[in-house]
Order: sequence, then structure tokens, then C-alpha cells
Amino acid sequence: MTEVTLSNVIKRYGEHQAVHGIDLEIRDGEFVVLVGPSGCGKSTTLRMIAGLEDISGGEVSIGGRVVNDLPPRERNISMVFQNYALYPHMCVRENLGFSLHIAKRPESEITSAVNEAAAILGLEELMDRKPAALSGGQRQRVAMGRAIVRHPDVFLFDEPLSNLDAKLRTQMRVEIKKLHQKVGNTIIYVTHDQVEAMTLADRIVLMRDGHIVQVGTPLELFNAPVNTFVATFIGSPPMNLLDGVVTENRTVRLIDGQELPIPSSPRESVQPGQKVKYGFRADNLSPVGHGVSDEGETADIALRIDLSEPLGTETLLFATLASTEIQCKMLNPRPVTSGETMTCRLALEKAHIFDAQTTQVIRSN
Amino acid sequence: MDRNQAHRNRRRMLKGLHFVGLFLVMSIICIPGLWIILNSFRPTVEIMAKPPVWNPSFTLDHYRAMFGGAGQGGVPVFSYLWNSIVISVTSTGIAVLIGMSGGYAFARYKFSGKSGYFVGLMLFRAVPGVALSLPLFIVFAKVGIIDTHFGLILVYVAMNVPFTIWLTDGFFRQIPKELHEAAEIDGCTRWQAFWKVEFPVARSGVASAAIFAFLTSWNEFALASQLTRSVGSKTMPVGLLDFTAEFTINWGGMCALAVLMILPALILTFIVQKHLIAGLTFGGVKG
Ligand SMILES: Nc1ncnc2c1ncn2[C@@H]1O[C@H](COP(=O)(O)OP(=O)(O)O)[C@@H](O)[C@H]1O
Ligand SMILES: [Mg+2]
Repeated sequence: MTEVTLSNVIKRYGEHQAVHGIDLEIRDGEFVVLVGPSGCGKSTTLRMIAGLEDISGGEVSIGGRVVNDLPPRERNISMVFQNYALYPHMCVRENLGFSLHIAKRPESEITSAVNEAAAILGLEELMDRKPAALSGGQRQRVAMGRAIVRHPDVFLFDEPLSNLDAKLRTQMRVEIKKLHQKVGNTIIYVTHDQVEAMTLADRIVLMRDGHIVQVGTPLELFNAPVNTFVATFIGSPPMNLLDGVVTENRTVRLIDGQELPIPSSPRESVQPGQKVKYGFRADNLSPVGHGVSDEGETADIALRIDLSEPLGTETLLFATLASTEIQCKMLNPRPVTSGETMTCRLALEKAHIFDAQTTQVIRSN
Repeated sequence: MDRNQAHRNRRRMLKGLHFVGLFLVMSIICIPGLWIILNSFRPTVEIMAKPPVWNPSFTLDHYRAMFGGAGQGGVPVFSYLWNSIVISVTSTGIAVLIGMSGGYAFARYKFSGKSGYFVGLMLFRAVPGVALSLPLFIVFAKVGIIDTHFGLILVYVAMNVPFTIWLTDGFFRQIPKELHEAAEIDGCTRWQAFWKVEFPVARSGVASAAIFAFLTSWNEFALASQLTRSVGSKTMPVGLLDFTAEFTINWGGMCALAVLMILPALILTFIVQKHLIAGLTFGGVKG
């Protein structure tokens, strides 16, 4: 069984601290995605797990074994790099079989393992080509093939799709997910793209500035962000956030004087006079009769539509509310003219109140 | 139609000019070499003739004399050739090994004073070799390695290491570090990762460095003429001086030996030229 455990893992580059004491438990066979803006320490964390960076503090263990001082070759992991790092002087077959040759496996075993990996990834036609003669997508596939021939305990991926064009990226995303279902290994996957994180992960680890901000399933992060950073990072379009102040009668007064009711869950946890951010997703605000149902708590807002983007099954509407640009969604769309005023309905139970100072979400307590 | 014609004429003219220019440059480079080869096959009278004789007669006299005994104006060609080969090959081998290690270290590792060392090495190249000949002569004489293969090998290694470091540093720098990281994850030690992945990828660069080092040692005259004196250690360039007597210079014999000296270098360069070109244009081709 190969759990990967990080406890209080720290990375320092001289004075600069890149990773600030990360705790994380990854279960056997789990697909975990580390996501966050560029420079937040994702790659550094992954490379410490791989053994490519020294660990400045804390402990990393793989399968119950502390690996802090083991070189990469003794950790039984595979890694797919952003630039693929294929060996340019070897053909695809040699690239795939390299690790087994190093391990001095019998030739027959190597051949069958290489052929098996090639079959899984559809590389049979390319076996005698050098990496220079492959397209980006094919190189990507070879890199993945090289990772799976060894049947490692853990796969590590560092932004493996970011050098591909959009279409190929979507396609390879599906293949990676299929691969995980087929081989069932533990996977730790690094990306800065929240869509990749949402679609691939069993659990997402969202990082910022060397800290973990939130860990959870994609839906947990989407539906219950712990702060405004998570709320705006996860989900597209990002969550609408409006500045306001809590009033005596438990509403939020926006800066234009308009008041929005506070959803019942945090209603008792806010203090009158507290500065807050009122957050809701575009999906939870829509013109009356075009999405948000009447059930549960709702609030109606009159919005002047600045712009509309028809997407087919829905139309994305841009409006200005309390000097802030917000977006809302219209299902079963009808044509909308810019400048039109519409009454929109907000699903209150999906709204979030964040403390303006700490940016943390305010929940019922 | 007319415009097309004019355009084509211009293109043809440019091509012609290009050819003429190229021909001139190549002439300047090649004619001395050609002249040496021609002279080595001419009787001495024709070599000295004024105006020069353009349709030469052909003779192998100079070669016969050169390989002949000492009495007939011969020189110990095979000893000189052997000395040159031993000294050049050994010093190149050692210089490439040391230089490659150094280049790799500069490309891959961080250590304090790194840029200082690097600049220092390059400055070392700025010192003219001849300026060192007297101090070297004294030191070598005291240590007792004057007039030995070992002494000259030592000098050539010292001469070639900085340049080799500089050249291979550039090549290793262009190899992404992920390559050895991938190899290490695939089960290699750091040492294996170098020899199985990084070295083969950089081998055209190492080959270029080796050729440069070899040619430098093969052709070096100034220091060799000071530090060697007997048949047992003189190299070919120094051997050329055997053809100068007090009042005369045996130009024909000198040219014959020079041809013999150019040949191995030429052959070697042809053998590795594919690597050499690949090496020198490494940055342009992305693997
Ligand atoms: N070798 C290094 N030396 C110094 N600082 C580094 C080094 N590698 C990364 N860093 C710093 O560590 C931080 C995290 O980097 P990284 O893990 O690569 O971020 P990302 O999340 O984009 O993968 C960044 O601020 C980066 O500048
Ligand atoms: Mg990164």
C-alpha cells in the first residue's frame, strides 16, 4: 500500500522560504492535484517527494517509509516533467525500456513490459523514432509510457499538459484519467490550471505562497471555499464578490446603499457593522424564470445588463452591481439586449459571506 | 514579365558576386597550403625560381631524402611523428577529461566564487604562451622534465583545459537538467545519469572540444621548440627546423614534412566533421 505522507515539510532556498510546513496525507490509489498560482511552491513540493530537492525540514514518507534521505532511484516513483525530458539520443523503445535496463531485468521481461506500455498508450507505430521526430502529443505519451513501464508506487506529474495546445490538452486529460482508472496507482499531479484540477482530482490541494489553503474534493472546494482566494481561484467564471457592511437587521448593505439578505447559515455569526464580502457564483443568480428556482431562500435584484455572451445552452450576462462588475447565468436563454434591465433571482443558500479583513468565510457556529 | 526578368538577372548577378567573394576568401585560405603541397613535389631549382614556375615538374626527391638516412639530408620523421602523436593524443585525452568535468561542474553546480574561477580561467588564455616559455624552461629544467613527453603533455593540458571547460560548459548548459533528473528517477546514480544520458547527448560538443585541443597541441611550436631538443621528444613542428642550416633552408624538405604533418590533422578533422558541425551549431537545433 502506498500512502504518501507529508508532515510539516519545509523548503528553504537560502533566506527565501518556498514551502512553509505542509501537512498532507495522500491515500493509496488516490489522485491528488496540487494547484495554485505560479510560484506558490507546487513544483518544489513535488520535487521534494521525488527526491530531486533536499528537504529543509519535516518528513516525507512513501508507503510508510521515511524517504527524506533516500535518492530518487530508491523511492520507487515515476515522474512526468513539463518538458517531458525524453532522452534525445534514444528511440522511443529505448526511452521506454531505459529504467528496466538500468535495473538489469531480463531482456524478455523488458520487451514485454515495453510492448504493454506502448499498447496502453498507442505508441506501437512510433517505437523506432527519436523524440525529435515526434509531435508534442506523442512526446507526452512517451513520457507517460516511460513512467508506467516500471509499475512504480507513485506517479508524479509536473504540469504535464501545459506545453500542448488546448484541444490536445483536453484529450490528454481524459487519457490521464483513464490511465489512472486502469493502473490505479497513487498519483500526485501539479498544475496551475483549476479546470485540470477540477476534472482530474479525487482531492485538490490548493496552495498559495508556500502554504496549503484548502484541501478537499473538487466539489467541496467549489461549494464551500474557506476564503475569497479559493472562491475566486476555483470555478469559472470566478465567484462574484461584493463589498458591504452588516446592518442591524442582518442584511449586507452594499456600497451603493442596496441591501442583500444574509443567508440563514451565517446569519447569527456576523456582527452588525462588520465589513464583509458578499459572494455568489454566476450560476446562482439568474433572470427570474431562467435558472434559479423559487424554492428555498431567494432574493431578487434588479440588474442593468451591460453585455451578454450567448454560449448556446446558457447565456452569460455581465452587469454592474454596486460599482462591481458581476456575472450571472441565464438558462433557456432568450435574446438579451445590452442596457436592458432584468430582475434577477439569487439563491441565498448558495451565497457566502467572507470577512473583509481576514478574507475567511463566515460560517454558522 | 520585364520586372520578373530584371529580378532574375539581379539574383543571378548577386549569386555570381557571392561566388567570386567566396572564391577569393577560399583562395587566401587555401593557396598557402596548396603551395606547400606543390613545393614538396618540385625540384629545389623550381621552388626558388623567379618568376614562379606554373607548370611544375614532378619529383619525389624530397620525400625520398626525408625518409632516407641522415647523410642524405634525412630527418627522423617517424620519431617526430610518434612524439607528436603521443603528446597530442595523451594531452588531448587528459585535457578533455579534466575540461569536461570542469565544464559540467560549472554548468550544473552552484559553488561560491564560481564566476571568479570562470573569469580566471578565461584570463589564463590571454597570457601569450611564449611569455611563459622562459619560466617554464627554468622550472622544467630544475624538476628534470625538460625534453620529455611528460613535460610537453603537462604544458598542453594546461593550455587546453580552460578552453575545453568553456566550450563544454556551454554544451552542458544547453541540456535541460530534467534529463539527468529523469534518469535518476529511472534508477540511475548521478554518475550513471551522466554517462548514460548527459554525456551521449553532449558528445558532439565534447568531440568539438577534443578536435580543438588536438589541433592546438599538434600545431604548437613556440613552447615545444623551447622545451624539447632531442629526437626522443621533438614534435613535428619543431622537426621542421631541422631543414634550416646556417646559410640555407631546404624548402622542399620542409614542405614535404609539413605535408606529412597536415595529413593526419586533415584526416581526423574529416572523420569527426559531422560531429564538429553538429557541435558548433548545437544551439540552433532543438532535440
Ligand atoms: N532553485 C531555486 N532557488 C531559489 N528559489 C527557488 C528555486 N526554485 C524555486 N524557487 C522559488 O520557490 C518558489 C516556488 O517555486 P515553484 O515550486 O517552482 O513554484 P510553482 O508553484 O510555480 O511550481 C518560487 O518563489 C521560486 O522563485
Ligand atoms: Mg512549477
